[in-house]
Amino acid sequence: MKHIMLASILAGALAMPAYAADYSIMAPAAPGGGWDQTARSLQTVLQQEKISKRVQVMNVPGAGGTIGIAQFASQQKGNPNAIMVGGYVMVGAILTNKSPVTLKDVTPIARLTGEYESIVVPASSDIKTVADLVAKLKANPGAVSWGGGSAGGTDHITVGLIAKAAGVDPTKINYIAFSGGGESLAAILGGQVTAGIASYGELESQIKAGTLRLLAVSSEQRLEGIDAPTLKESGLDVVIQNWRMVAAAPGITAEQKAAIVADFDKLDKSKGWQDTLKTKGWQDTYLTGPAFEEQLAKDIAATETILKDIGLVK
Amino acid sequence: MSTFDFLLQGLAAAMLPMNLFYALVGVTLGTMVGVLPGIGPATTVALLLPVTYQLDATGSLIMFAGIYYGGMYGGSTTSILLNTPGESASIVTALEGNKMARAGRGGPALATAAIGSFVAGLIATLALAFIAPYIVKIALVFGPREYFALMVLAFITVSSAFGDSTLRGLTSLFIGLALSLVGIDQLTGQSRLSFGVPDLLDGIEVTTMAVAMFAIGETLFIAAQGATAPDKIEAVKGSVWMTGQDWARSWKAWLRGTLIGFPIGAMPAGGAEIGTFLSYATEKRLSKHPEEFGHGAIEGVAGPEAANNASAAGTLVPLLTLGLPTSATAAIMLAGFQQYGLQPGPLLFATNPQLVWGLIASLLIANLMLLVLNLPLVGLWVRLLTIPKPWLYAGILLFATLGTIGANPSVFELGMLLLFGLVAYGMRVFGYPIAPVIVGLILGPLAEQQLRRALSIAQGDIMTLFQSPIAAVLLILAALALIVPLILRSRGRGDVLTQMAASED
Repeated sequence: MKHIMLASILAGALAMPAYAADYSIMAPAAPGGGWDQTARSLQTVLQQEKISKRVQVMNVPGAGGTIGIAQFASQQKGNPNAIMVGGYVMVGAILTNKSPVTLKDVTPIARLTGEYESIVVPASSDIKTVADLVAKLKANPGAVSWGGGSAGGTDHITVGLIAKAAGVDPTKINYIAFSGGGESLAAILGGQVTAGIASYGELESQIKAGTLRLLAVSSEQRLEGIDAPTLKESGLDVVIQNWRMVAAAPGITAEQKAAIVADFDKLDKSKGWQDTLKTKGWQDTYLTGPAFEEQLAKDIAATETILKDIGLVK
Repeated sequence: MSTFDFLLQGLAAAMLPMNLFYALVGVTLGTMVGVLPGIGPATTVALLLPVTYQLDATGSLIMFAGIYYGGMYGGSTTSILLNTPGESASIVTALEGNKMARAGRGGPALATAAIGSFVAGLIATLALAFIAPYIVKIALVFGPREYFALMVLAFITVSSAFGDSTLRGLTSLFIGLALSLVGIDQLTGQSRLSFGVPDLLDGIEVTTMAVAMFAIGETLFIAAQGATAPDKIEAVKGSVWMTGQDWARSWKAWLRGTLIGFPIGAMPAGGAEIGTFLSYATEKRLSKHPEEFGHGAIEGVAGPEAANNASAAGTLVPLLTLGLPTSATAAIMLAGFQQYGLQPGPLLFATNPQLVWGLIASLLIANLMLLVLNLPLVGLWVRLLTIPKPWLYAGILLFATLGTIGANPSVFELGMLLLFGLVAYGMRVFGYPIAPVIVGLILGPLAEQQLRRALSIAQGDIMTLFQSPIAAVLLILAALALIVPLILRSRGRGDVLTQMAASED
């Protein structure tokens, strides 16, 4: 009996967030997703590279990160050890959910990684190029069903931007939102939808195996090792990346902020982090300081416009 | 080398003493954390994944497999003993398992769950090894309209299997369906019924609801009875082990559960819960002792537990053959695999056979280790029930709260746990079954989303639902399941059903 109690207490201790840590990173999502993986990779590398002695990860899932950011902003105020992972999806979620807490209420530190979007069709489809797809979209926007991630997320926004660039009314797009990356990929592979959209990493193995045809990627220039044109080359002026960032708590001093930035500068240059980026297939889009803040403001403004165009934000 | 050679090679590596030790450590850790209510296998694996990073590829794969199966199994122990399901896939186990435990048959319930999990895990892992590429082709044919038809079938078979009164069962089901509407609508991103409360945006968490309904509601119910509580819990009545009759009643349920659970787990939008619901409904219909259901029927534990483990192996089919993580647990496993340079996808079986077969061999070993660890512990676990009632229920409250807070540190979540505990108490007092609430909460959103996706793809043409052969067959089965009993009953031949069930085997 004693053993059971002891075991349970041990297990309980494992499950509870600990408070004595150099950094405590909040992933505002359930275990398994991109933010959670980013947080856990940060944990491993920060410790491995001896940048921080002990790092804790805590998950606060819900509503595209808006629940996490609200909790982070109110509970960690002034705490120089608290870090939150976030990203582009959060920008959209804050707008669609009319979240009272926004990225203005935390201290953005750096953009870490990015993934470009890719547009695919099943190998058996008669659509061979972006031009074919655009022609179908122009003929009847409703007849082209797009399979992708959650409503209002990066995938949805990209489809809205594509429609707009092609001169099609973005409110007419037939976007089918799936809850997980796996589910939408299954629908694309099974030919349930006309075209699919997801970050390149999620589709890579299918594209290499030849079961999906890659039409275009959403980067500024062609990507190394990927045999596909950009959307821009295909005549659609759309450049978008699903980036991930870290933010610190609100109300920290300028010195505290500088110390955190210095730690992440060290992280980005470390071999451990570069190796992680490679195995995970994440692009290194490290950006910090005023340049990052400027880019962030630009992304927020552009996202608000397109979400209004699609009709998700009034 | 042939498939079989690879498997033997993998098994040989996994059988090394050091690797067996890793498997034991993994299974123990997984079970320990998995036992906490509210902490499902996904969280367990995420919490313990860093532990495996320190080992070499083979060692960590084996420990990892142990944690996975251990976490899956840990949930059923608390379901049976304390009526607090650790995760949504072991909710059905609590229905009959806890009734058995309170009747002094906790030992056989735990044993049939452990052996059933082992049998299902064994068969499903072998199926994963040999027929995964074929299964996945069938699973991909399932699009939104096929899933919708499957949900309709699940609703009809399952809702008739719960409780004695259809009206009360349906009332509970609709409470669950109404609650399932709360939160952000998946297809448009707009929030529904959240009344401006941010914590409600993601809907009502199924495990919180399950723990509230089962554990908190039950505790309040017992506490309200005070000293007059009639049913005294007997820890052990008869043998701690399964009797000959238990075996006879369990083995077919194990096999049927495996048969139902594996393909549903392999479907990208299947999920482990649906398999357990369907298995429970099947067992109730086929049982020679349908009157025991709701009072501790061993088939009602054996079938769903087997289905639950078989679907866990089924989840690996799309993960390994397509690189599709179809559940939170699978997504974390994907992250784990990448650690060893394993890139799941269509080419995996061709490019990395050693690692794949190593993993499959590890799963087999972990499965065996789980049985070795848990069967001797059955006697110890049931002693939990000999704790005096006030202590036991205080402990249940503590663990239910701890689990909920551990999974999601939020005051609102805790408030919801207590509120729904009160609701469950009221439902118990007035004789409404609680399981259909959970069923509605799980199946409701799936059915709604798949229906809307199907209609959206077809641009509003409702006939699309019947135009796929698979969907049409499933809908016809559902219609038969609804109409046949009605016709038989109206002719005053309701007992024919029981006879039909009896003569099936």
